[in-house]
Amino acid sequence: MAQAQTHSEYVLRRLHTLAGVVPVGLFLLEHLFTNAMATSGAYAYNSAVYTIQHIPFLHVVEFFFIFLPLVYHGVYGLYVAYTSGYNAGQYSWGRNVMFVLQRITGIITFVFIIFHLWTTRFSGRAPTFQMVHDLLTQNPAYFWFMVIGVVAATFHFSNGLWSFCIHWGITVGARAQRITAYVTMVLFVVLAAVGISSLVAFTHTA
Amino acid sequence: MSAEAVKEATSQRTVHLIIERQDNPNSKPYTQEFILPYRPGMNVIACLMEIQRNPVDKDGNPVAPVAWECNCLEEICGACMMVINGKPRQACTAVVDQLEQPIRLKPARTFPVVRDLVVDRSRMFDALKKIKAWIPIDGTYDLGPGPRMPERDRQWAYELSRCFTCGACLEACPNVNERTSFIGAFAISQARLFNAHPTGAMHREERLEALMGEGGIHECGNAQNCVQVCPKGIPLTTSIAAMNRQVTWYAIGAWLKK
Repeated sequence: MAQAQTHSEYVLRRLHTLAGVVPVGLFLLEHLFTNAMATSGAYAYNSAVYTIQHIPFLHVVEFFFIFLPLVYHGVYGLYVAYTSGYNAGQYSWGRNVMFVLQRITGIITFVFIIFHLWTTRFSGRAPTFQMVHDLLTQNPAYFWFMVIGVVAATFHFSNGLWSFCIHWGITVGARAQRITAYVTMVLFVVLAAVGISSLVAFTHTA
Repeated sequence: MSAEAVKEATSQRTVHLIIERQDNPNSKPYTQEFILPYRPGMNVIACLMEIQRNPVDKDGNPVAPVAWECNCLEEICGACMMVINGKPRQACTAVVDQLEQPIRLKPARTFPVVRDLVVDRSRMFDALKKIKAWIPIDGTYDLGPGPRMPERDRQWAYELSRCFTCGACLEACPNVNERTSFIGAFAISQARLFNAHPTGAMHREERLEALMGEGGIHECGNAQNCVQVCPKGIPLTTSIAAMNRQVTWYAIGAWLKK
């Protein structure tokens, strides 16, 4: 028992990185995919939303596979960001800058998700193309806040995937880590482009 | 140019040093500037020796000579690690001709400062004890020769064995700070070294347990500054990832066996 206690920090940290990829990261991919339906028009988006809303035991799935891991990853992530030091001013090497960006985008994403949930999931309104359209077009600041959120979240996910591969001992050698860095940055650009194009699609009238 | 002319020309040149000093572990740091006569090929240690010989600041005021540590003077002991122009490195291989002036010297403040550029690195020794960075061969009788190490492994393990606990990797690491108890990259790399040794591997689990313990491998945030500043070019980030792999397998295996 005493041994388990001394390992608790290790377990909490590894659960944090795991939660960030499965299920939070997977949910991000699903979410971006559903939103991208908007690029095919209001009908495609609304029918995708309809499908999701009719997943059996939706609230249980939502709570255990999205809400709990998301809160854990977010709150523990704030603690990680707090205990980290920041010395990219003195050591401006690429990976150290990414280390700082990972923590900054994590905090931006945390704030963004609270605002995002408050204006959509917990707003009491039905999630339809029209509702998202109204949110994005009533205030131009809202649109740009969404863009920042999408870029921050997709960067945090992609760069986090790079770090995950090291934390779990998947990419060991310098070459493997370098190639994974390129791959995850391509992934970031693709995911951010998908997210932003969905946002733009929502600004068009149905 | 004749030898005489070279001497004449170099005698005009000076070296400008800005040193962050501290009189004792609890006093406030302050900076002092020094202007020293240049000599060809001089390194930072030679500059500090010159200050010791003639301890006056750049205005000619007498000051206490600057304290520092050094030993081998050929970058194999690790004693003279300090922050030179913003980067932790060995003062003995910091050649004045290759440095931008004024040369700024600071103690490696990730460690407690004893005096001026002298720091207390005992936390590194504690970390080595924690991860059992040795190969136990003592017994009550002759245990005979241990298993042979494959040459293929010996080659990369040798690279890791060149670590001289200078502490540059800790100084550059953002996660070695007052809010964490991270043991640092060097200790993780040493755990890899001793786990790779056929006799050392007999205590493999104890090292992995230590790496999962307080201040262990999970405190690494992959900023990868360690591998940039290591004066011996040790592949520290590869060592960390390799130990992540060992610890991951060990942790899952140990949990399933309980």
